[in-house]
Amino acid sequence: MTTPRITPRTTSAHVDYVLGLADDALVSAQRMGWWISRAPQLEEDLALANIGLDLLGQARSLLSHAGRLEGEGRDEDDLAYWRDERDFRNVKLVERPQDDFGVAMARLLVLSTWQSELYAALQRSSDPVLAAVAAKASKEVAYHHDHARQWVLRLGDGTDESHARMQAALDAEWPWVAELFDQSHLDPALVAEGVAVAPESLREPVLRRLGDVVREATLEVPEVAPRVPGGRAGLHTEHLGRLLAEMQHLTRSHPGATW
Amino acid sequence: MSTPREPLWEVFVRSRRGLNHVHVGSLHAPDAAMALRNARDVYTRRQEGVSLWVVPATAITASSPEERDAFFDPAADKIYRHPTFYDVPEGVEHL
Repeated sequence: MTTPRITPRTTSAHVDYVLGLADDALVSAQRMGWWISRAPQLEEDLALANIGLDLLGQARSLLSHAGRLEGEGRDEDDLAYWRDERDFRNVKLVERPQDDFGVAMARLLVLSTWQSELYAALQRSSDPVLAAVAAKASKEVAYHHDHARQWVLRLGDGTDESHARMQAALDAEWPWVAELFDQSHLDPALVAEGVAVAPESLREPVLRRLGDVVREATLEVPEVAPRVPGGRAGLHTEHLGRLLAEMQHLTRSHPGATW
Repeated sequence: MSTPREPLWEVFVRSRRGLNHVHVGSLHAPDAAMALRNARDVYTRRQEGVSLWVVPATAITASSPEERDAFFDPAADKIYRHPTFYDVPEGVEHL
């Protein structure tokens, strides 16, 4: 008996698109994991761990899907641990260190706002797996957004010091926001076929929601020049290589190890 | 990290519809909204509940150990207050 081929021809643009979303989640999860044992209190430690694990779950589903679409027998682990920096498709926003709590919350606010708009739209994707992953992830990122928003409001509208540090965190993250809406590395055919959501279409709702939270927190929306995009094409900052070195070290030192 | 100690909250979880909220523990949070969210993360991450209450620990008035004898011992020899003389019909749950 032969296995029926149910997958139509898949373009590498389709694989790259799914990999991009997977890598956003995977790299974010790895950065979030840094906070475990370092958060200001046990309660926040657990919250950030939960958020990181939600993102890791999204990454696993998307990586597995990308592997199947690619059709070369690579599974989620192969894609997570055996690709090099230039093959990662995440935006640069998520790969930079976030060892300041304000920065972590500013970035989570940006990421979760963008992901919630993205996943809401992706639920109508013509790729049924993407639509299903988006439906499940929507509830998760709604909570991530709420968590980040609560902290940004409290730190922004808190003491003079917390206000200044929260504003500094927003200022640090904002130049990297624009890359989320960049579509120069996306095949327009994917949008036309209903597989992908046009990144540019998310700009207005995401920036409006971000602005609402920032102003409610008595902070200011930074007016900064955007950084050059390129993450979707594998062109990253110096920070991704170090992150991958840590994340991939065990698998590469002991291939096939289990416990 | 030298954060000032935040207020203590007592957490109650209702595990499913029809049951009471049960005290499961406590946590620190700056205010009620954050306490509720922390409770979600600390106490319901394995699907333990469908409803959460958080109560400021300072709002609870507790009986004191010194008063224990006067509070509780008089009930010890009044077995007629127990419903032990009835047969429980089969099929009755949560009794």
